[in-house]
Amino acid sequence: MTESTIQPSAGRSRRSARSRWALGWLDGVLLLCVAAALTYLVSRAGSVFQYRWNWSGIWPYIVRFDEASGRWVANLLLDGLFTTFRLAVWGILLAGVIGVVMGLARTSKRLLFRLIGGGYVMLIRNIPPIVFVFVFVYFIASQILPPQAIANWVQGLPVFWQGVATVLFGPVRLIDNFFLGLICLSVFSGAYVTEIVRGGIQSVPGSQIEAGHSLGLSRLDILRFIVLPQAWRNVLPPMAGQFIQLIKDSSLVSMVSIQELTFSAQDVQVTTQRVFEVLVLVAVVYFVICLTLSRLFARLERNHARALH
Amino acid sequence: MNSTDPIIELKGVNKWFGTHHVLCDVDLSVRRGERLVICGPSGSGKSTLIRCINRLEEHDEGVIRVDGMDLNEATENINAIRREVGMVFQHFNLFPHLTVLENCTLPQIRVRGTPRAEAQAKAMEYLRRVRIPEQATKFPSQLSGGQQQRVAIARSLCMEPKVMLFDEPTSALDPEMIKEVLDVIIDLAQSGMTMLCVTHEMGFARKVADTVVFMDAGRIVEKAPPLELFGNPQSERTKLFLSQILSH
Repeated sequence: MTESTIQPSAGRSRRSARSRWALGWLDGVLLLCVAAALTYLVSRAGSVFQYRWNWSGIWPYIVRFDEASGRWVANLLLDGLFTTFRLAVWGILLAGVIGVVMGLARTSKRLLFRLIGGGYVMLIRNIPPIVFVFVFVYFIASQILPPQAIANWVQGLPVFWQGVATVLFGPVRLIDNFFLGLICLSVFSGAYVTEIVRGGIQSVPGSQIEAGHSLGLSRLDILRFIVLPQAWRNVLPPMAGQFIQLIKDSSLVSMVSIQELTFSAQDVQVTTQRVFEVLVLVAVVYFVICLTLSRLFARLERNHARALH
Repeated sequence: MNSTDPIIELKGVNKWFGTHHVLCDVDLSVRRGERLVICGPSGSGKSTLIRCINRLEEHDEGVIRVDGMDLNEATENINAIRREVGMVFQHFNLFPHLTVLENCTLPQIRVRGTPRAEAQAKAMEYLRRVRIPEQATKFPSQLSGGQQQRVAIARSLCMEPKVMLFDEPTSALDPEMIKEVLDVIIDLAQSGMTMLCVTHEMGFARKVADTVVFMDAGRIVEKAPPLELFGNPQSERTKLFLSQILSH
């Protein structure tokens, strides 16, 4: 009696565990279709598209041998990658801070704060990113910032701190440019982070806040110890997506001469005429960076889930 | 202070949700150590009434005084009152991201400024009192409803409140868990805690209440000791309500 009631369900769970990783005949048909389409595309491309792949010309643009110092030094593409990294790291931090502050403003009890947060999000979300970049850099920033203000300031610092600034923000002569791009990217991305933070905060049920009040916790403590930790958990997956988006969007600031990976790639394309090789290389690099980040976030999510259950 | 002084006093309290008049001219006074059960049909304003006492709802008119502090006054009073008034909710409202122990220590540490070790000792003391000290390191989602509600009671007691408010503490529980929670509340009642309890558990009301209040349509219809109110209800509305809930 017991056996007959247990076995079917055990059988079902075994089957479902296997079926997650097994392919059926329908999958086979689909795979065949995809393979056929790809074969057709490649053969079409082979007959129409005459291109000699030549990768050797682009390697020196990653690292080159410097005759004067007798050392290998980073060239355009690697320098561009470093700038992209800096944009990504600082951009994520800055967009995160903007997002949390504005997200709190958007969920505030005060009308003025809500209006500020809401206006910011409304403005950014309804302008195409590329248009925003141009407007921000040429119309707003260049009118407000005196040219080379940060570079001049950094050059007045002791040599050690100039070195630190170079590691953190790139070559001193380009530092104003870098900050312009960084702020532009963060302000833009911060609007989306704001919405994610707002969603996260509002996903915490009001009954949690009531429980905090009933225990006499202050509003700040409720936010800090009850609302934000729970919001954080809900916010992690969309936040990962937004930060990956930020890294990809960092290519947009190449339009205003910030010399990150995409900008350098265009330089190298023009110099070497190896357009497709450079494009493929850059695509692979972005892919690897973004995939790594999404894997990191997936692990963070898993750890979080494990801590809770 | 005189023990016959009311610890909670409501005078002419009125409250509206929009145009809906949820509390109509409510007068109520609760002595120190008194155990008050509030019953009545749903929508009669029972929950709203006790939620006004710790300002989870704001009343529109009238005076609410808790332990000598007036709830109409400045916001410092609200926090002072909330420190003295514990509340247990229908849906427990434990903090899901904190362990049972952390649920009990966080408010002590942040509100009372109790050192962590002391807060933990007190938390364990109350967890023993609600008979689940062995669950201290678990998260709320790992506990049954009855266990969660007992943790919620312990969490409130850790703040050493002078008054406990219970808002239908057993309504969200499976039948077999109701008893374990009621037993804890009965223990607490016998220890002399002042409590206001909204509940449909009439057996419980009979057993622990000094006074039963029957509410309908935002008004206190009748207020009497349980034997009197259940045995010889004065108003027709009370009779009808009691016949409906006691008939099966």
